[in-house]
Amino acid sequence: MPRRFFLAIVTAASAALLLGCNRADVITVGLNVELTGSIPTVGKSCVNAAAMAAREVNARGGIALGDKTVPVKLRIEDNEDKAEGAAAVAQKFVSAGCVAMIGPNASRNAVPAAVVAESNKLLMISPWSTNPKLTEGKRYIYRACFTDDFQGVVVAAFVLKKLAFTKAAVLFDMASEYNKGIASVFKTEFTRSGGTLTAFESYATGDKDFSAQLSKIKQSGAEVLFLPNYYNEVPLQIRQARQQGFTGAIVGSDSWGSEEILKLGGDLMNGCYFTTHYAPDIATEKAKKFIGDYTALYGAKPDDVAALTYDACAMLFESIQKAASRDPEKVRAQLSVLSEFEGVTGAMRFTPGSGSPFKSAVVIQIKNNAFTYYDSINPL
Amino acid sequence: MVLQQALNALQLGSIYALIALGYGLVYGVLRLINFAHGDIFMIGSYLALFLAVFCRCPLWVVLPATFIALALLGVLIERLAYRPLRAAPRVSAVITALGVGLFLETIMLATVGPQPRGFPALINGGVYKIGHVTATGVQLVIIIVSIILMLALEVFVAKTRTGMAMRALSWDKTCAPLLGISIDRIVSYTFAIGTGLAAIAGIFVGMAYPVIDPYMGIVVGWKAFVSAVIGGIGSIKGAVVGGLLLGFVEIGAAAWLPSSYKDMICFTLLLLILLVKPSGLFGLPLQKKV
Repeated sequence: MPRRFFLAIVTAASAALLLGCNRADVITVGLNVELTGSIPTVGKSCVNAAAMAAREVNARGGIALGDKTVPVKLRIEDNEDKAEGAAAVAQKFVSAGCVAMIGPNASRNAVPAAVVAESNKLLMISPWSTNPKLTEGKRYIYRACFTDDFQGVVVAAFVLKKLAFTKAAVLFDMASEYNKGIASVFKTEFTRSGGTLTAFESYATGDKDFSAQLSKIKQSGAEVLFLPNYYNEVPLQIRQARQQGFTGAIVGSDSWGSEEILKLGGDLMNGCYFTTHYAPDIATEKAKKFIGDYTALYGAKPDDVAALTYDACAMLFESIQKAASRDPEKVRAQLSVLSEFEGVTGAMRFTPGSGSPFKSAVVIQIKNNAFTYYDSINPL
Repeated sequence: MVLQQALNALQLGSIYALIALGYGLVYGVLRLINFAHGDIFMIGSYLALFLAVFCRCPLWVVLPATFIALALLGVLIERLAYRPLRAAPRVSAVITALGVGLFLETIMLATVGPQPRGFPALINGGVYKIGHVTATGVQLVIIIVSIILMLALEVFVAKTRTGMAMRALSWDKTCAPLLGISIDRIVSYTFAIGTGLAAIAGIFVGMAYPVIDPYMGIVVGWKAFVSAVIGGIGSIKGAVVGGLLLGFVEIGAAAWLPSSYKDMICFTLLLLILLVKPSGLFGLPLQKKV
C-alpha cells in the first residue's frame, strides 16, 4: 500500500517539523507582530522588548518546570499588519504547539487572531490592543493594557483620591464610541465612590462651539472637568471653558497623548492631567530599571508597546513558573488568577472571567509645555 | 446665565449669518445652491493663518487682504466652473458645486495635510467681566464687525447701481439684460461679495475656535445653508435672521435642555418653521411665470 505508506511518512515528517516548536528542552512562545505594514515601529518595539524579557529569563537558565530549568525560545512571525495575516500566524502557532502567543498589537489584527486562538485553545496575550471586544466572552485571550473604558474607572479614582475633588463635570463627544464609553464608565464609578456629578454634557464630532455646555458646567459649581476627547478638540474646549470663567482642574484620557495637543493648546494646557498606559519617565523602581536596560540595549527609550510587551512576557513567564508546566490549560489557570503582579506599566491583576487586567494607570501632567510623569493611580 | 448664553449665541449666530449671506446672494441672483461655499470659508481660514503666521500681518491687514483674495477666488471659480453651465439644467450646476467643494478640500489635504492647526490670536482682546457675564475681546470684535458688514451689504444692495442691478437680475433674469445689465459682470460681483464674506467668517471662526482643519467647512457650511433656508434663501435679511436664530436655538437647546438632544431639538424647531412658512421667514413664494 504505497499510498498509505506515503501519507504516513508525510504525517510523520510534518509532525516532526511542527513539533520542532514543542521540543522538550525549550518553552516556545510565539510572537505575532506587525513587522511590515503601516505600523512597523510597533512591531519592532514589541520584538525588542520580548527579546529582552526572554534574554533576562534565560540568563537565569530559564523557567523552572518542576525539577529542571527550561529556557524560553521566541518564535517571531510577521502578520504584515493584516487581519488575515494575524489569523494565519495564530494558526501557525497552534499547529506548532506553542505554549502561548504574545500579540498582535493593533486591535484590527488582535481581534481576528483572537478568534483563531480561542477556538484552538491557544493562550494569547495582546500587549497593546485596547478594544473591549478583544477579550469579551473569551477564555484564552488576555491583554496587558487596560481597555479604553477602564480609564473612566482610573480617572474617577484620581479625581477623588489624588486631587480630592468631589464635584466633577464631563463634556464628551457622544458620536464617538471611545469618548462615550469612558464618560459613562466615569459617571458610574464616580458617583458610586461618593462623588457628585454636577453636569454631564455632550456634543457631536465636528462641533466647534461648546460655550453653552461649558457655561452650564461653570454654573454647576464643578471643581474638576473631565474631557475624554481627542487631542484636536481638547484645546478648543479648554480655551472656551476658561473663557466661560471655569477655573477648576481639567483632566483627560489617553486620547490626549499626542504632541500635537501641546502645539494646538500652548500655555492653556499647562497644569492639566491625563491618564495613559505608560510614560518614558515613570519613576517606579521596576520601570526605571526597565527603561535603563532597554535604552542600554537598543539605544532608544522604550515606547508604550515595548513596556506593555515586557509586562505581557513577564506575566506569561510568571504564570508558566507557577503552573510548573507547559500545558496551556494549566498556564491559563495561573494567569487568570494572577494578582500582585508589579509590571513596568503598573500593578495589575486578573479576575476570573475577564482577560482584561484591573491595573493602575499612569497620570501625566502637562508642565512647561511638555508631558511629565505625575503619578501612578490604582483604581478604587 | 441668560446674558452669558445670549452673548455666546450672538457670536455663533453672527458667523452662521455671514456664511449664510453668501449662499443667499448667489442663490438670489443665479438660483444656484453653491455647495462649495463651506469650503471657500475653510480656504479663508487657511489664508488668514498663512498671512498671520508667515507675513505677520495684524488683524486690520488680514481682514481686507483675505476678503479681496477670496473674492477673486470666488470670481475665478464662477468663471471656470459655473459659467459654462449657466444654461445647463440646474442639477448639473449643483453637482459641479459639490465637485468644486471636494476639489478645495482635497487640494488643502494635499498641500497642508490633514492635521489640525492652531490659529494665532490675531488680537489681544482680553477678557471683560460685567457682572456675571464674561465677554472676550474676540467675541466683541466678531459681533461688531459682523453687524457692520451686514449693514454695509444692506446699503450696498439697496442704494448702489450694482446693488440695484443685482436685485433686478434676481427678479427677472430674462428682462434685466434687456435693460442693459451685464449678467456676467453682476454675477461676478455677487460671487466676489459672497465669498469675501465667507472669508471673513473663516477668520472669525479661526479666532473664536482656534483649531482649523481642511474639513472644518463641511458642518459649518451645512448649518449656514440651513440658516439661509430658514430665513428664506435669496433674502439678505432672511440670511441674517436665519443665522442668528440658528445660533440662539443651538446654544439655547444645549444650555437648558440635555445637550445630547441639542441638534435634534434644534433641527426639529427649524423644520416646524419651514412647515408653517415653506419659503422661509423672509422668502417670497416662488412665482411661476407664464
